[in-house]
Amino acid sequence: MIPQDLKYTKSHEYVRLSGDEATIGITDFAAEQLGDVVFVELPEVGRVLKKGESFGVIESVKAVSDLYSPIGGTVVAINESLNDEPSAINEDGYGDGWIIKLQAASEADLADALTPEQYQALIGA
Amino acid sequence: MSFSYLPHTEAERAEMLEAIGVASMDDLYQGVPERLRDFSLEAIPTAKSELEVTRLLTDLAGENRSANQFASFLGAGAQRRFSPSAVDWILHRSEFLTAYTPYQPEVSQGTLQVIYEFQTMIAQLTGMDLANASMYDGSTATPEAAFMAMRVTKRNKVVVASSVHPEYREVLSSYAVGPGLQVVQAPLSGGFIDRDRLRALMTDEVAGLIVQVPSFFGGVEEGRELAEIAHAAGALFIVIADPTTLGVLEAPGAYGADIVIGEAQAFGNPVSFGGPYVGYMACRDKLSRQLPGRIVGATVDSRGQRCFTLTLQTREQHIRREKATSNICSNQALNALAATVYMEVMGKEGIFELGNVSIQRAHALAAAICEVPGFSLALPGPFFNEFVVRSPLPVPELLGKLREEGILGGIALSGWYPELSDCYLVSVNELNTPADLDRYVATLKALTASAAVGAR
Repeated sequence: MIPQDLKYTKSHEYVRLSGDEATIGITDFAAEQLGDVVFVELPEVGRVLKKGESFGVIESVKAVSDLYSPIGGTVVAINESLNDEPSAINEDGYGDGWIIKLQAASEADLADALTPEQYQALIGA
Repeated sequence: MSFSYLPHTEAERAEMLEAIGVASMDDLYQGVPERLRDFSLEAIPTAKSELEVTRLLTDLAGENRSANQFASFLGAGAQRRFSPSAVDWILHRSEFLTAYTPYQPEVSQGTLQVIYEFQTMIAQLTGMDLANASMYDGSTATPEAAFMAMRVTKRNKVVVASSVHPEYREVLSSYAVGPGLQVVQAPLSGGFIDRDRLRALMTDEVAGLIVQVPSFFGGVEEGRELAEIAHAAGALFIVIADPTTLGVLEAPGAYGADIVIGEAQAFGNPVSFGGPYVGYMACRDKLSRQLPGRIVGATVDSRGQRCFTLTLQTREQHIRREKATSNICSNQALNALAATVYMEVMGKEGIFELGNVSIQRAHALAAAICEVPGFSLALPGPFFNEFVVRSPLPVPELLGKLREEGILGGIALSGWYPELSDCYLVSVNELNTPADLDRYVATLKALTASAAVGAR
């Protein structure tokens, strides 16, 4: 099931906006397509991201992909537990498998983000 | 000068000359001596038979003199060492000699197994968790380690001890320009890293501290303290280690190194006009994703048989080249094979003996040289098999006279360290017999005695 309280990108990131803090990860669909995630390259805290900017790399047994920020803002937290347990992305991508948190995220950036329905349509689920 | 097989037209040549700002081809070649520019094909002798050519070239080659015809005490990063004959025999097997790089890696199980064994033994010697399949040489491994530290710490400055091989530091500085790495030299005191001044340099902007143990001067630093200084600043501790010393000296991993690099030429590879050499690079497991080059792992195939596979491959060679973190896309497979066979034939005991004999003889020679009037050790402190001698005679003259006596006495330091222009670096290993050492000292005595006579 696709969580209804999130926004999505065509490149399969999700964003959870809470006040001006945005939590970003990849969708279960993406994690399933990638297979077992073996490594995540995280950005440094304090980095300012523009909407659509690549902020990291995710490697699975099958592929290596860039991660793109659906929204602009400053990185205030990175999920360092992924260094030791990248499998959290496969097991609980919307929870423990989050990747970064941004502060001062601009809600306006999400104007063209996908709604849960649109994302569902995209992946044909 | 127009040749039918060169595709450039006169117009194109004129355009190129204009672009570089010279009027004619003659102007372009004005740096070439006149006698060479006027060279005529008529000057080339008439055809010779194969036998005549062979004789001519044999005579010419005979004018060269190999280090093996001397008692050689040259070191400074290039080592003439004993190599068991098994090394060459295995190296020249066609399966190995022809393989440049494993492009269909899993088909080349023998090559992968060799790389796996190389990695394993390098990791064991250095006390690290893993090593890659080898690097071009020790000097290029140095900036690769610095860049790893940059990526891990997200800082862009490294501190390198001034006792690191001067040419390694030059390579580091050259590489640093591209990615904007700032290189700071840590000053020395009596040949060893000045701890207080080092501490002042190790700010929270520093990604890594690079030291060489034994140093370019042969000195053995206390590694634990340096590791603590690096780690206190949040920097990685990078050690350049001569693997021939690691049978005796503590593994850098045991005293806190995060990355260990170096030159493995001494293991089965000749000193051959400066190359090809073989660098190595090893690190802690947590840094494995940042290790450039390739890593071979052992696994089992679908039938449960042990086999080898490229576990981590370089982005630089295959996918996502634009994301490459390094320009290292080849390893020195054949040279690493030589090193691997060498380590396997010598074994743990052999590598210990090698280090032990080298250190014993070096210390014996150093003590004997110090007894010759006017000679002394320039840098006090513990050393392994290399040491710096201060000479009462001008160094070029002394080394020249030793060479006339069949002794390559050492390497002058003035080019790299002007303050040590009256000093030279002596390297001793298992190929320097006790008789060689005696002859070295006797020759020094004779030379200084005759110099004294000359002075009167």
